[in-house]
Amino acid sequence: MYEFVRGPLVWLAFIVFILGSIYRLLQIRSQLKKDKVVFSYMNFKYGMRSILHWITPFGAVNMRKRPAFTIMSFLFHFCLIITPIFLLGHNLVWYESWGIHWWTLPERITNIMTIIVVAAGFIFALRRIADPTVRLVTAFSDFLLLLIVLAPFITGLFAYYQAFDYKTMITLHILSGCLWLMIIPFTRIVHMIFFGISRAYMGSEFGYVRHAKDW
Amino acid sequence: MKLIDSPESKVVDPGLDETIKKLTPEKIKRVVDHVLTKENAGRLQMYIDTCVHCGLCAEACHTYLSRDKDPNFSPVAKVKNTLWELVKQKGDVSPEFIRQAARIAFTECGACRRCSMYCPFGIDIAYLIMIVRRICSLLGVVPQYLQDTTNSHAATSNQMWVHQDEWIDTLQWQEEEAGFEIPGVRIPLEKEGADVMYSVIAPEPKILAQLLGNMAMIMKVAGIDWTMPATDGWDNSNMAMYSGDFEIMGRVERLHWETAARLKVKKIVMGECGHAFRGAVYDGPKWLGWKFPPIPMVHAIEFYYDLIKSGRIKIKEKYKEPVTIQDPCNTVRGRGLGDKLRYVVNELCEDFTDVSPNQEHNYCCMAGGGTINCGPPWKKSRMISNRVKAEQLAATGAKIVITPCHNCHSGIEDIIGYYNLGMHVKFINEILVETMERPE
Ligand code: SF4
Ligand code: SF4
Repeated sequence: MYEFVRGPLVWLAFIVFILGSIYRLLQIRSQLKKDKVVFSYMNFKYGMRSILHWITPFGAVNMRKRPAFTIMSFLFHFCLIITPIFLLGHNLVWYESWGIHWWTLPERITNIMTIIVVAAGFIFALRRIADPTVRLVTAFSDFLLLLIVLAPFITGLFAYYQAFDYKTMITLHILSGCLWLMIIPFTRIVHMIFFGISRAYMGSEFGYVRHAKDW
Repeated sequence: MKLIDSPESKVVDPGLDETIKKLTPEKIKRVVDHVLTKENAGRLQMYIDTCVHCGLCAEACHTYLSRDKDPNFSPVAKVKNTLWELVKQKGDVSPEFIRQAARIAFTECGACRRCSMYCPFGIDIAYLIMIVRRICSLLGVVPQYLQDTTNSHAATSNQMWVHQDEWIDTLQWQEEEAGFEIPGVRIPLEKEGADVMYSVIAPEPKILAQLLGNMAMIMKVAGIDWTMPATDGWDNSNMAMYSGDFEIMGRVERLHWETAARLKVKKIVMGECGHAFRGAVYDGPKWLGWKFPPIPMVHAIEFYYDLIKSGRIKIKEKYKEPVTIQDPCNTVRGRGLGDKLRYVVNELCEDFTDVSPNQEHNYCCMAGGGTINCGPPWKKSRMISNRVKAEQLAATGAKIVITPCHNCHSGIEDIIGYYNLGMHVKFINEILVETMERPE
């Protein structure tokens, strides 16, 4: 089992993730072309202006209205993306398999980052239950997605601290990590890919066409 | 899906109650399918796929805030209760569901687009709500009063059944009235090649005719070479844009632009109206397949700004009463005219207190987007939906609310009455004619 997940499954996951993302991008491009205003109003300057405002912590009024949530959300997304890329353990695997490696973060730091992801994820889940406004628009799939996103981090932690059986944990870790990668293009996690497009369009419509700010 | 049971769901409106009786499952499915797959494409899909159900847009909506954070009034909930379901069921929904969707889309969202500035992805909720309105319109389920204005557009090209003879008559009457105040004032009709065509909306000749006279005086004092059409095509207030009847919306806008082209004017000045400006500058051209309008158009705010800034109009004595501003969504989020509006108001008035939040973040008046045109049955709901506006205005301590928009004007008057604010609403041009220097 371990051999399978460590080898072919990882390959599969990356292929599905990359090809899936390309497919979604091409698909949305052809759809957006049919929506005649999108490409004619898309404007680099105003699109970028909007994206920059919205990837900057506290760059928009709504972020300043809820500082705790903003900090948590930024930390969550930052750690979620950065941790797996610069994790020492992952780098070693890359080196073993491909002979390549890059800069890594100290394990103490990546541990904290992992805990942040898990903790923030739990708070997100709690918020979905406790806040009636969010609860109303929450579907069961929202919890499921959150679970899939958190699973590699939770199992990673367990594996690192050698809680439970290491081999089982690491297998589960890779398994859930692969699942996570593969569902990105096909679920709401696609917001990771579409963020730039929808933000750039709104920024363009607000800035280029309507001469107004959108943050 | 369970329908929402609320006081609003019991409001009687023949435009909804009678029309849903004629719906069949096949018809609903056909229309929903057509609108979702033939008329909309990329944005609809992107917005549905991207929305992470986070509810961060809730804070933006005056209806949600005014109703003590009722979850059903958050922007995303309005989409969930309408469009998500239509997409999920592929149009297999009951006539009662369509009634509910129409109620939400027409009377509980002002299409003000404040929420697209609060969603991290810039999801355009107002656009999604307009898709729902479009579906309802094609199904014939539209609040009766709103449908009547659309019918008026279809029959007369203006919003209030004004006939051509009444139109010309009113202009001549106002020319005469204005002439008593400032000798030599004209309202030049059909003047080919004039610098400016002045556009107004039907409530002006119908119920607020003195606004036309005011503008004639301003044009005279500023020495503007201007004209107004004597034919149809003078009104682009365009309620069809909000009822979802885009065919008629397109006809109204085309006629308006063609009239300006026929008169060979250099630019159009749009009177103090927000949604007419929106229709002429964005929605109309988009529907007609033009990227931008064929002839430059400025809103009255920009026009006054230029007149005052360039010294063509001088202010004799500033207006004394404490004033504040209602930024119309369609001039501030729609055109970024917040600073120019403040410049004009500060030039005209001694005692101006700004609202908070202001500029792009101002709350909608909850009359715009066609909501006030849904008529008396829905007034109470509109009022409850905008308590925050009353609080925001009251906090300024002003006596006069200046707003360069007909919808805001009526909407804010309603709110002032309902919440007993003891204020009055004025257009800029009413204050401008009072305060400007007149020729001896
Ligand atoms: S009323 Fe305005 S803020 Fe509220 S949902 Fe509609 S567009 Fe968004
Ligand atoms: S529209 Fe935007 S802010 Fe509102 S729930 Fe969806 S993603 Fe969140």
